[in-house]
Formats: sequence, structure tokens, C-alpha cells
Amino acid sequence: MTPALDIGFAEVGAALGLVAVAVLVSLWQRMRLEGDIAVAVARSFVQLTAVGFVIQLVFEQDDLLLVVALIAGMAVFGAFTARRRAASVPVAFAPLLVALLLAGAATLGLLVALGVFSAEPRYLVPLGGMVVGNSMTAAAVALSRLGDEVTGSWREIEATLALGATAGQAIRPILRRSLRSGVIPLIDSTKTTGVIFFPGIMVGLLVAGAAPLDAVRLQLIILYMLLGSVTISSVTAVMLAQRSFFTPAHQLREVAARVAT
Amino acid sequence: MLFELERVRASRGGAEVLHDVSLALPEGSTCIAGSSGSGKSTLLRLLNRLAEPDSGRVAYRGRELASLEVLALRREVALVPQLPALLPGTIADNVGFGPGLVDRDVEVAVLLDLAGLPTAFAERDADRLSTGEQQRVMLARALALEPRVLLLDEPTSALDERTRDHVEETLKELRRRLGISLVLVTHDFAQAERLAERVVRLEGGRAIVADPGPERTSVSTPPAVR
Ligand SMILES: Nc1ncnc2c1ncn2[C@@H]1O[C@H](COP(=O)(O)OP(=O)(O)O)[C@@H](O)[C@H]1O
Ligand SMILES: [Mg+2]
Repeated sequence: MTPALDIGFAEVGAALGLVAVAVLVSLWQRMRLEGDIAVAVARSFVQLTAVGFVIQLVFEQDDLLLVVALIAGMAVFGAFTARRRAASVPVAFAPLLVALLLAGAATLGLLVALGVFSAEPRYLVPLGGMVVGNSMTAAAVALSRLGDEVTGSWREIEATLALGATAGQAIRPILRRSLRSGVIPLIDSTKTTGVIFFPGIMVGLLVAGAAPLDAVRLQLIILYMLLGSVTISSVTAVMLAQRSFFTPAHQLREVAARVAT
Repeated sequence: MLFELERVRASRGGAEVLHDVSLALPEGSTCIAGSSGSGKSTLLRLLNRLAEPDSGRVAYRGRELASLEVLALRREVALVPQLPALLPGTIADNVGFGPGLVDRDVEVAVLLDLAGLPTAFAERDADRLSTGEQQRVMLARALALEPRVLLLDEPTSALDERTRDHVEETLKELRRRLGISLVLVTHDFAQAERLAERVVRLEGGRAIVADPGPERTSVSTPPAVR
């Protein structure tokens, strides 16, 4: 394994010096972001430290059930967070939860089945976190776009329903755009990776002293894995959520129509 | 009776828009006339079940709407919405869309002609039309369903006077040639009298005149307005 890093809280505290610069700039330019910056710093400290302890515990127990429980817990929390971003979707929580669980299970399951990683906590926990996090962002973007599109296109949708189309047929033209918006950001960042930005895993490995090509190979596996998982989660969330805009009698629910007029 | 509404209440945007409306609309052509915001569109959307009443009963040819297969109902009772909303693609795509859903082919040229459009329009892009032309494509698209009843929501409100007269002629012609029943919503009382065998007035979500009067056959007979 890579040589252990020696990072204490003093080093973390030193990094706060740069936060102080951000606060000063905010005060100087009256950006009114000091409060937000303080909250962000405090929350990231508390959350990451807590997660660090949880992960340490899971590593020590070395129990796969605990790993599954941890990833499922992240999926619940992720679905909860994403639901607020997709407020214009009548029923978003259950579709998001299923999407995140499915994306996590499918991606990790495949990687383990193909022998890319062995089924050990020290692989599954961090990878599961990345998969769930990226899947959540993508599904949230896709669903919030879906909500906006339905709101903006309610006349077209109703006109299509009036021609005897089912709810599914009437919403189909919109699904494509919503799905694309969920997946495109990751495709774009994958295209430019290494040129415009260095992805986090690779940076982490290099800093920890890994050989550059090892770092690159692991990073590639992760990028490809994420492409698969965000696609799975966007498709699942959108497909499961679309019906909630309609009544069983193929009527567009008023919540969607009202916001537009 | 074509449509019967009994003590219908309906809401839009959380507020009740139709208050206790009872109406009987016989076969033929009926105009529902009322000022803007009086609930005309809300009423029309109940008739092909695009929306559900909060309470009360809506029946089509003696049968409760909720008991009918909703997609078949919408093909038989075709609605042309107030604002044109065409699908991306050509005009032929738009006209063929409804029948395509049930694997039926259509004669686009015949339908364009019925709607008063040049048949050469078929291959044109749907987003390159004037509002009046779009309205007519919406009409052709509804006629493609071979409906028995046509629900028209202010079909001429966005048109200039000359185009309006054309559309009115087209509607009368449709009534004569195809025998389709029309329920037409308008804020233009003069138009209601020109077009309809019966006029129902809607004011503040209440039907003022619901008397169908004696059965009339000629379009030119004066409507039964009181
Ligand atoms: N999408 C909507 N959201 C909220 N309120 C609406 C919506 N559509 C119509 N309304 C309101 O419902 C009332 C009746 O509307 P509508 O049936 O469209 O009237 P009309 O067709 O006679 O002009 C109006 O007060 C209107 O403001
Ligand atoms: Mg209206």
C-alpha cells in the first residue's frame, strides 16, 4: 500500500488560512457570503470527520453487511437531498431512492463480478460513496429538468393527450432532453479530464505517493464506472418519476400546469 | 343528449372556477360564450376528460364519462385547444400523429383541405407557420381522428377578421359535410350567434342560459339566446 500520510489537525488548520482570504474578500466586496462560508467550513469539518470515524469503524469490522447498510444509508440521504432540488416533480423521493440503489448495486456489483476490485470494505465504501454522490447529482439534475420541461410544455403535453395519446406517449419528447441534461455534465468533464482539471482520485493517489500510471489507471476505471452509474440513475429516476405528473386517466396533474400560467 | 352536466364544480389553480353548473348540450352545434376568465376552457376540458370535476356528473351520450375508456373518448370527442401547440416535425407528421397512435393511415391532403389549408403544406415544417395556419393544422389534426364531436376553444381568437371569417366558413362546412357536432367556446357573442344553433352563456363560472330550445337543424337559424 501507499506510504501513510502524516496529516494532523494542525495542517488542516493551516489550510483555513485560505478560507480567511475568502472571508476577507467577501467582506471587502460586500458579497455577504461570510455566513455561508462559515457554515460550509463548519459543516464540511463535522460531516467529513464523522464520516471518517464511520468508515474507520466499517473497515475495522470488515463486515460486508455493514458496507451494504452504509451505502444504502448514503442512498437514502442522497435521495432526500436530491428531492428538494426536484421540487416540481410530484413524487420524487421513491424514484430517486430506487435510482441510487440500482446505480450503486449495478456498478459495484459489476466491478466486483469482473474482478476489477475485490469485495472488501476498503474498496466498496469509497467507491460506493462516489457512485451514490455522482448518481445523486445526475438524477437530481435530470428530474429538476423534467419538472421544468413539463411545466414549460404543458400546452403541448395536453394537446398531445387530447389526440388520444397515453401519458407516456405525451411526455416522451421531453424525457430525452431531461435524460441528456443529467448525463451531459459528466460526459463533458470526462472529455476534458487531465487537460483542464485533474480528477480528485488521481490527485489523492499522487499526493499519497502512488506511481503516476497506477493513479491514472484507477482514475480511468472510476471515470468509466461513473459514466455507467449516472446513466443508470438518470434513466431510472426519470422513468419512475414521469408517471407522477399524470393521473391514472391520462390527465396532466394541475401542479405541473399551474406554475406555468 | 350529447353532453349532460349535473351540478358540476371544477377548480383551476386551487380556486373553484365552475360553480354548480348544470347543462344539457344536444347534438348539433352549441356555443359557450362568456368573457375571459369565466371558465369556458375549464368547462371544455371536462368534456373530453382532460380534467376532472371536483364534484358533479358529466355524461356523454347518456354514459358517465368516468365509465368510458378515456383514450377512445378523446379520439371520438376531439379537442382543439385555445393556443396552437404543434409537435416538432412536418405538418403531415402532426396530422398523422393521432391516427398513428392506433396504427391508422390518413389522407393528409384531404384533411388539410377540410381545414382550409393548401395541400402543399403537408411537407412544411410545423414551426414555420403563421398563427392562423397553426390553428388550422390543429383543426386538421383533430379531424384526422375522425371524431364525432369537435370541441373548439376560441378557434379564432388569435386571428384577424378575414382569417376568422374563413375559419367560420370552414366550421360551417364541416358541420354540413361531415355532420360532426360542435361545441365551440368563444368570448365573441356575435360569433356565437353566427355559428351556433344554441348558445349557452357562462358568467363567473355559472351557466346563465342552459335552455337547449327546440331542436334546430339549420345553421342559419337564430340561436336561442335569452
Ligand atoms: N393553468 C392555470 N392555473 C391557474 N389558474 C388558471 C389556469 N388556467 C386558468 N386559470 C384561472 O381559472 C379561471 C378560468 O379560466 P378559463 O377556464 O381558462 O377561462 P376562460 O377560458 O373562460 O377564459 C380564470 O380565473 C383563470 O385565471
Ligand atoms: Mg379560455
